Amino acid sequence: MKLDAKIPEGPLAQKWSKHKFNLKLVNPANKRKYTVIVVGTGLAGASAAASLAELGYNVKAFCFQDSPRRAHSIAAQGGINAAKNYQNDGDSVHRLFYDTIKGGDYRAREGNVYRLAEVSVNIIDQCVAQGVPFAREYGGLLDNRSFGGSQVSRTFYARGQTGQQLLLGAYSALNRQINLGKVKMYTRHEMMDVVTIDGEAKGIVTRDLISGAIESHAAHAVLLCTGGYGNVFYLSTNAMGCNVTAAWKAHKRGAYFANPCFTQIHPTCIPVTGDHQSKLTLMSESLRNDGRVWAPKTVELAQKLRKGELKVTDLKEEDRDYFLERKYPAFGNLVPRDVASRNAKEMVDEGRGVGASGIAVYLDFAEAIGRLGEDTVRAKYGNLFDMYQQITDENPYKQPMRIYPAVHYTMGGLWVDYNLQTTVKGLYCLGEANFSDHGANRLGASALMQGLADGYFVIPYTLGDYLANIGPKAVDTSHPAFEQTKQSVLERINKLLALKGDRTVNDYHRELGHIMWEYCGMARTEEGLTKAKGLIRELRADFWKNARVSGTNEEFNQNLENAGRVADFLELGELMVDDALDRKESCGGHFRLESQTDEGEALRDDDNYAYAAAWEYKGDNQPEELHKEELVFENVKLSQRSYK
Amino acid sequence: MSENMNLTLKVWRQKNADTKGSFATYKADHVSPDMSFLEMLDVVNEDLIKKGDDPIHFDHDCREGICGACSLHINGRPHGPKHAITTCQLHMRSFKNNETIVIEPWRAEAFPVIRDLAVDRQAFDRIQAAGGFVSVNTGGVPDANNIPIPKVIADEAFNSATCIGCGACVAACKNASAMLFVSAKVSQLALLPQGQPERYRRAQAMVAQMDAEGFGSCTNTGACEAECPKEISITNIARMNRDYFTAKLFKEEEV
Repeated sequence: MKLDAKIPEGPLAQKWSKHKFNLKLVNPANKRKYTVIVVGTGLAGASAAASLAELGYNVKAFCFQDSPRRAHSIAAQGGINAAKNYQNDGDSVHRLFYDTIKGGDYRAREGNVYRLAEVSVNIIDQCVAQGVPFAREYGGLLDNRSFGGSQVSRTFYARGQTGQQLLLGAYSALNRQINLGKVKMYTRHEMMDVVTIDGEAKGIVTRDLISGAIESHAAHAVLLCTGGYGNVFYLSTNAMGCNVTAAWKAHKRGAYFANPCFTQIHPTCIPVTGDHQSKLTLMSESLRNDGRVWAPKTVELAQKLRKGELKVTDLKEEDRDYFLERKYPAFGNLVPRDVASRNAKEMVDEGRGVGASGIAVYLDFAEAIGRLGEDTVRAKYGNLFDMYQQITDENPYKQPMRIYPAVHYTMGGLWVDYNLQTTVKGLYCLGEANFSDHGANRLGASALMQGLADGYFVIPYTLGDYLANIGPKAVDTSHPAFEQTKQSVLERINKLLALKGDRTVNDYHRELGHIMWEYCGMARTEEGLTKAKGLIRELRADFWKNARVSGTNEEFNQNLENAGRVADFLELGELMVDDALDRKESCGGHFRLESQTDEGEALRDDDNYAYAAAWEYKGDNQPEELHKEELVFENVKLSQRSYK
Repeated sequence: MSENMNLTLKVWRQKNADTKGSFATYKADHVSPDMSFLEMLDVVNEDLIKKGDDPIHFDHDCREGICGACSLHINGRPHGPKHAITTCQLHMRSFKNNETIVIEPWRAEAFPVIRDLAVDRQAFDRIQAAGGFVSVNTGGVPDANNIPIPKVIADEAFNSATCIGCGACVAACKNASAMLFVSAKVSQLALLPQGQPERYRRAQAMVAQMDAEGFGSCTNTGACEAECPKEISITNIARMNRDYFTAKLFKEEEV
């Protein structure tokens, strides 16, 4: 199948408005004849479900959590970008577009990214109208702060809880439609498979997580808004329940998976303390506005610090290496995430890491506290400092934080065209679950922007075009495809429940995570990736022989839920490795040691790799087929990214 | 760094909503003080699974104190002994070697037990759906800076908006009242200009739904505020009462 991204013709700035005019509309009286399924209720899902219901469509929304408000968008801390230029500091839609394309190391589509920048301004208006309490200046107007990869202040925020406030805004819009009867909400329901009829998505099969009932739901279109797959690494900043299952099942039903190896390792997380650790906690990027990243100048000093022979607060100024400020004077501590992460790893690899494990660097607020006073710093970052102290038992007002990179976000995801449709007709993918806007590295405060752009301002337009074309003819679950899909779901569940080996599912997940982090993490090589591929295959085979899954299907069974998700991660992991092997260049978060500049920066190979890699599933344990979507750059000049 | 600990856990086990529950005792040995409370339970569960027993079921997700999924009554207190944190943020360094820890689900009629420590909190969603929103459709709204809001008001609204919907307030209250939860949303929107047009309708609709769900009455003991992991103030309850009574006295016909 030839990939057609359906990017509209014409000048960049007019593509979206032109496209909107060309899209077919569904007559208001006909909208109520259509049903749309939305899976996932994070920023993308909740905003899409609410907006589509407002237009008049009937929406069925699903989430595996006990409430739509608990989707992991809730945990986003720092902020949301928008090209409002309220600060009069030179921002514009074009600059946000440019920063995002450059930040993504030129591996995203111009058309999509420009649209994202364009609608970013509407998002802020929408959220404020809903009553989202953004931070404000004394004059009553909205406040902004700076984030990595940009030299303007365009990030809107609500203390360190922006994701929470935006999600609660979308959740309130969703609630309003639930109240009006336009959205039927299914909580504690997990999507187990997509149902396709003649190659088009016509519904889903779900499992009621309380009763275990396997149910069919039919619709005219299915929207997957199911988030990223960072938990393939076991330890990540994702919530425990974040999973790839919905996207992966769709992939197996014909949706191509694009750029799976593009994962974001966030530079400022609280370091790992032991084997019992279940997740990692992010310290918002906003901290790099005032925090200075450093490591001791020499290996000897680092050793003394690790052994406790030297206190960090006693270390002299000249013995500290503010390596980001030193290497990147223009952006300093606010370089993009991939650059900051790689540099921290470099310090640790050189033996200059700190903390008991030696796997951390410092994020220091002493200078900011001196300049602004402790109260101002507390007002800005208080909740983050408290969180840090709670976890580490150290007071960050008195001594620098210890931080280290951790898996945070996945830029890869289901391939979608400009309309957010996957390679399966009628199946759409929004938010982090798709691949479209962030290229090889996402800039801070852009995830919230993309989730809400897709849900509030893109899908309400593009979905109508598809629906108008297929017509309102009723779909129902009597078609044999639903029963067949249900049977295959049940078969898989029974296969999992039959596993009565001696190793827990969590144990497999942890080992998979080790493999992915070691060989498909911050630095990747041909040799390591090849080895990882073999290890993952062995682990997967072992899982299906020796894992142990407890209980039955007909009950609330968290162990079974987790087993299904880990089984899918064990398949996805191999595809990520295949993708990383194929891409013999470095770009953004994908760093192949074989491809770097003299200064150790990511070296792209635009002649050979300026494409999005879209993988087609070919059957269990079969190699997937690679399809390339060539990226066309007409408005930006591809250059070596420099933040110096 | 302190030594590892050996603990005894008394955990509420209940197969499902229709079955009677009871306490079961487990040993948790070699517990690192750096572990979180939920990680300690993870380790206990790994052992239970290996032994062929059913693991302890509990709700949890983000494990950074913001999603509101985790609950747990620990030694008689919602979210355990420490102030202003959720269970997932509680670390084992808050306990002592050889201590016995009693772990129960939220206890409230409106929160029926699903299994073990997991309860059904959909009543909260239904209260929000009854009126916890501003009726604006997507698109067609004014520019964000056309609605200036004094910083003190915005900050106060934010404080109310930080509720995570965990239900600790209900669990802490002897009457299982949901007033703190409901009033936090009512206050957030009553403070902001965007919330004014539906202010009195909202207060009435949300309170009516709260009553219909079977939550108890508020008797101003303040246990909710004391146990709220986000330190939501009971001032919110006073604000809601004011709006509710105003609505009943003067505005009902307008709703």
